[in-house]
Amino acid sequence: MSAIVLNEIDPKKRRALVIGGCAVGGVAVAATAVPFVGSMFPSERAKAAGAAVEWPIDKLEPGQLVTVEYRGAPHWIIRRTPEMVAQLAKNDALLADPASDGSKQPASAKNPNRSIKPEIFVVKGVCTHLGCSPTYRKELAPADLGADWPGGFFCPCHQSKFDMAGRVFKGMPAPKNLEITAYRFEGDNVVVIDADSKGA
Amino acid sequence: MANTVKEPIAPPVSGPIGQVIVWVDARFPLMSLWKGHLAEYYAPKNFNFWYYFGSLAMLVLVMQIVTGIFLTMNYKPDAKYAFASVEYIMRDVHWGWLIRYMHSTGASMFFLVVYLHMMRGLMYGSDRKPRELIWIFGCLIYLTLMAEAFFGYLLPWGQMSYWGAQVIINLFAAVPFIGEDLAVWIRGDYNIGDATLNRFFAFHVIALPLVLLGLVAAHIMALHEVGSNNPDGVDIKKHIDPKTGTPKDGIPFHPYYTVKDVVGVVVFLALFSAIVFFAPEMGGYFLEKPNFVQADPLQTPAHIAPVWYFTPFYAMLRAVPSFFGSAFWGVAVMGAATLILFALPWLDRGKVRSIRYRGPIYKWFLGAFVVSFIILGYLGVVPTTVWGQIPNALPIIGGVDTATVVSRILTAVYFAFFLLMPWYTKIDKELPEPERVTY
Repeated sequence: MSAIVLNEIDPKKRRALVIGGCAVGGVAVAATAVPFVGSMFPSERAKAAGAAVEWPIDKLEPGQLVTVEYRGAPHWIIRRTPEMVAQLAKNDALLADPASDGSKQPASAKNPNRSIKPEIFVVKGVCTHLGCSPTYRKELAPADLGADWPGGFFCPCHQSKFDMAGRVFKGMPAPKNLEITAYRFEGDNVVVIDADSKGA
Repeated sequence: MANTVKEPIAPPVSGPIGQVIVWVDARFPLMSLWKGHLAEYYAPKNFNFWYYFGSLAMLVLVMQIVTGIFLTMNYKPDAKYAFASVEYIMRDVHWGWLIRYMHSTGASMFFLVVYLHMMRGLMYGSDRKPRELIWIFGCLIYLTLMAEAFFGYLLPWGQMSYWGAQVIINLFAAVPFIGEDLAVWIRGDYNIGDATLNRFFAFHVIALPLVLLGLVAAHIMALHEVGSNNPDGVDIKKHIDPKTGTPKDGIPFHPYYTVKDVVGVVVFLALFSAIVFFAPEMGGYFLEKPNFVQADPLQTPAHIAPVWYFTPFYAMLRAVPSFFGSAFWGVAVMGAATLILFALPWLDRGKVRSIRYRGPIYKWFLGAFVVSFIILGYLGVVPTTVWGQIPNALPIIGGVDTATVVSRILTAVYFAFFLLMPWYTKIDKELPEPERVTY
């Protein structure tokens, strides 16, 4: 056994040990962070919530909107009048994405009316800007929205404007048209909102 | 430290209390803390009105912590009960209304004194070398305070709580690529709900107050390391009295400035009480009207606006349109508007610190900056339709809301103050600084 001599310090070895120790400790700290960061993601119970919603539309008057909650977000079902549907084609020049190429919708609703049936419009009522729920402003040319207002939706948070097919106007804070969650009809008079459906 | 010999410091009083101090001081740096930060901390003798707001901010911090502790005793962080528990505090808890109004008014007053405190820094160059770290700690305090206020605003679970949080969390969803997942992670659910309320409560009552206290300690330690600036921006350490070894233009913080600050505290508390007792809602600016309705995830209120202290940044967010199918640009501008504050000490190339000796260009730019900040604050409260539309006949801006165009111009002014600073502070005709402080 040789005696330990205090003066014999190897600085290279010491630095290597310090760096190695810090690296191993750093990995341990990062690994410990995983459960804490993970605990902030939605719980299994939150993930499980969200079954399809059925809604009868036989009592829906022309021009009327009903708000249905689906996966915690407002969804609108509207029976558009023939005038509203006719107006849609005239809006194209005012819109940022008239053909909805850059917006989210199921294939069955990617058409000029953004709907399976022209008059029944189903859409997620959440602004694509920062998630407020726009207001339904079907009246034409009200004082606050200007003489050329063709009817549609107005977001009270940041003043984004959408037409009666949820298509966003040019120069608005919202970048995209309102998102359409996949839905289908069961018979003629029941709408089923179900993101997992094929939108048939 | 532990093995160095400590010179005993004579206690300020004799008798048994003095002996207790001597006993403690042998085991804890009581007298050296007292001397270093109060009795022998030499501050410039020419502090004026603007130097009240730092100590007032500390007072408000203490009030928020104390009232917050007592609110926690009756508040329930549960989406089902939160709104009702706040009403319970207001109606049934003894003095609950007073404690809650002190807390809600305290939030607004906190921002008021912090904005005035920051204005002082801009006027007298308090961020300049060697005080850059004080400024950076201050900016971190400001950001933490904004987060603290935002988390706290969700807790009453009213309509404005809910939709305000909806908008702010969705700011993160606008971040490219990871945004959607990030927003879900922050909410803990696909929409704001019980999980969100619970974690915001945790952040508001424990996480951020701890951060805030740590940052305030760092802010003051850095200040006391280099010494306070003053309205003349001149260094008082240049003229040391050879007899005492202390700055000729300095006076001990205690008793001179502790007594001065007490006067400020009295005036402040008079104003504070007037608000708490006579106008706690401040006409909808301190407590917004839609927040007296319970949160409804299906219905956004007809007009939503953040509380007044966020509105300048909110107006900037609203003024920026989306480009290339992304709403991220407005968020980026809003973030940059707060983060650019950190760069201030390095953007400023002026030779003098104080506005008293600055040239006219800096004064104009600072004036334009303050005016644009205030007008943006106003525009953030009202709908963008407030000033009508620009007629369609005009090119480019025709058909756009007037208020939106004004917001864009003022946002440019806000950034010009910072981004042009290296240029205009260099060419500005400054006056010579005096050797010693004036009044």
